[in-house]
Amino acid sequence: MLDDFLVRAALAAFGLSIATGPLGAFVVWRRMAYFGDATAHAAILGVAFALIFSLPISLGTLIVALAMAGAISWMMSKGQSPDSGLGVLSFGALSAGLVAISFAPGVRVDLSAYLFGDILTVTRSDLVLVWGGALAVAAVIAWRWSKLLLATVSPDLAAASGVNPARESLVITVAIAVVVAVSLKVVGALLVSAMLIIPAAAARGVSNSPVQMVGVAVIASWIASGAGLWASLKLDTPAGPSIIVAAALIFALTTGYRTIRKQTA
Amino acid sequence: MSLIKAEGLSVRHGAQLVLDQVNISIDRGEIVTIVGPNGSGKTSLLRALLGLTPSTGAIQKKSGLVIGYVPQKLALDPTLPLPVRSFLNLPKPHTPAQIDTMLKRVGVPGIEAKQVAELSGGQLQRVLLVRALLTVPDLLILDEPTQGLDQMGEAGFYRLLEDVRRESGVAVLMVSHDLHVVMSASDRVICLNGHICCEGKPHVVQNAPEYRALFGHGTQGALALYQHAHDHDHDCGHDHSHDHDEGKHAG
Repeated sequence: MLDDFLVRAALAAFGLSIATGPLGAFVVWRRMAYFGDATAHAAILGVAFALIFSLPISLGTLIVALAMAGAISWMMSKGQSPDSGLGVLSFGALSAGLVAISFAPGVRVDLSAYLFGDILTVTRSDLVLVWGGALAVAAVIAWRWSKLLLATVSPDLAAASGVNPARESLVITVAIAVVVAVSLKVVGALLVSAMLIIPAAAARGVSNSPVQMVGVAVIASWIASGAGLWASLKLDTPAGPSIIVAAALIFALTTGYRTIRKQTA
Repeated sequence: MSLIKAEGLSVRHGAQLVLDQVNISIDRGEIVTIVGPNGSGKTSLLRALLGLTPSTGAIQKKSGLVIGYVPQKLALDPTLPLPVRSFLNLPKPHTPAQIDTMLKRVGVPGIEAKQVAELSGGQLQRVLLVRALLTVPDLLILDEPTQGLDQMGEAGFYRLLEDVRRESGVAVLMVSHDLHVVMSASDRVICLNGHICCEGKPHVVQNAPEYRALFGHGTQGALALYQHAHDHDHDCGHDHSHDHDEGKHAG
């Protein structure tokens, strides 16, 4: 069964969703959308780094994504304006990565695979990587759920209750870097944060509790993955972007539902 | 011994000295209120005692001290759906019966399923108080708990605090702007303006020259209630001299 490229693609997207659902909810609640973007863009620099030093791509992206996330956290703790500062780091890393890849020795590199993902060529070892990373991220979030949520609701209340908000923030930061590294093959550097944000934002419209929002985000992400892959097969559209388009349509539906429900309530 | 005791507590925000060598201690079961103009370091003092702000000086806590913190407000992101029940179970879960009992106790029964974002100001204050009380604290620390409540709401909230104190023996340390209510609801009032200007029983503090210098002679209406009760045997420390030009301390 795993011999079918489409089955492997679906399994990769479904596995990734297990991490992007809960992590995406925290990214939305904590307003870290741009943070996720910057970390993901840095993955391109990670690809160049891996090619130049002959490392596995996922290891190179993980190292650079972690370094980027650390740099942004440090910058924000110094009181730099997060908005413009993130912009500088985000596009600086993306462009530096694109420039560096042109210096990579040997083979001509298929850039679009790294920018937009290449889910239809996912291998068995890619699957192991995606599922391993996703399950690890989901498990850490489940384990620290109350602390993460309290630190998100109010850093002061968290600190007064003996929960260190800086530590919880670091957990989210590292989780984002891990998700970026394992999802590069699935949706690519430019669309990773879309996988984080759009299903979670879509879930908001129909959720009344944090747990429910996480659950709905995972389900929305699964539906978007299935629909996107199906469209890709039937209409010969690029797979990664098709998944994101499907997720955006789900967002439009749930947001419309919420607006109507509010007006009639 | 005291529940919590701070000596020589100082807090800096950048170059500015916000709190200068403050000594404060809270005993079991007493209600202590900090008053002072804007920027006088009231919130900084609470935050330093809670460990939310870096400070210098010594803070001693009774071993095993449980502090319940009620913040001034809760800035919830609108993308976060949060029912009261979920909020009250952070970070440690409580049984539905415990939550139900406590919500009834503070006068907001049956709102477990309501969204925190949709609560009125008075309901939110009570829910924040319930979250603190569920941890069975020895000391409640409240930062302007009645901000945004009308006069009836204020009076009701302070009465509730007194009742809770009587029932559980919890000590209360709070910051307040509601001078007239403070005067009746507190065992001890601390008048703060970067340092402690004076402290003592409410009627004593309110007649202290340091307090008058900061708050004027009843020009703010709220004090008018107390204008008749002149009582000059106050015991506020006058051993330190500092000038209290009203204009100077307005900020």
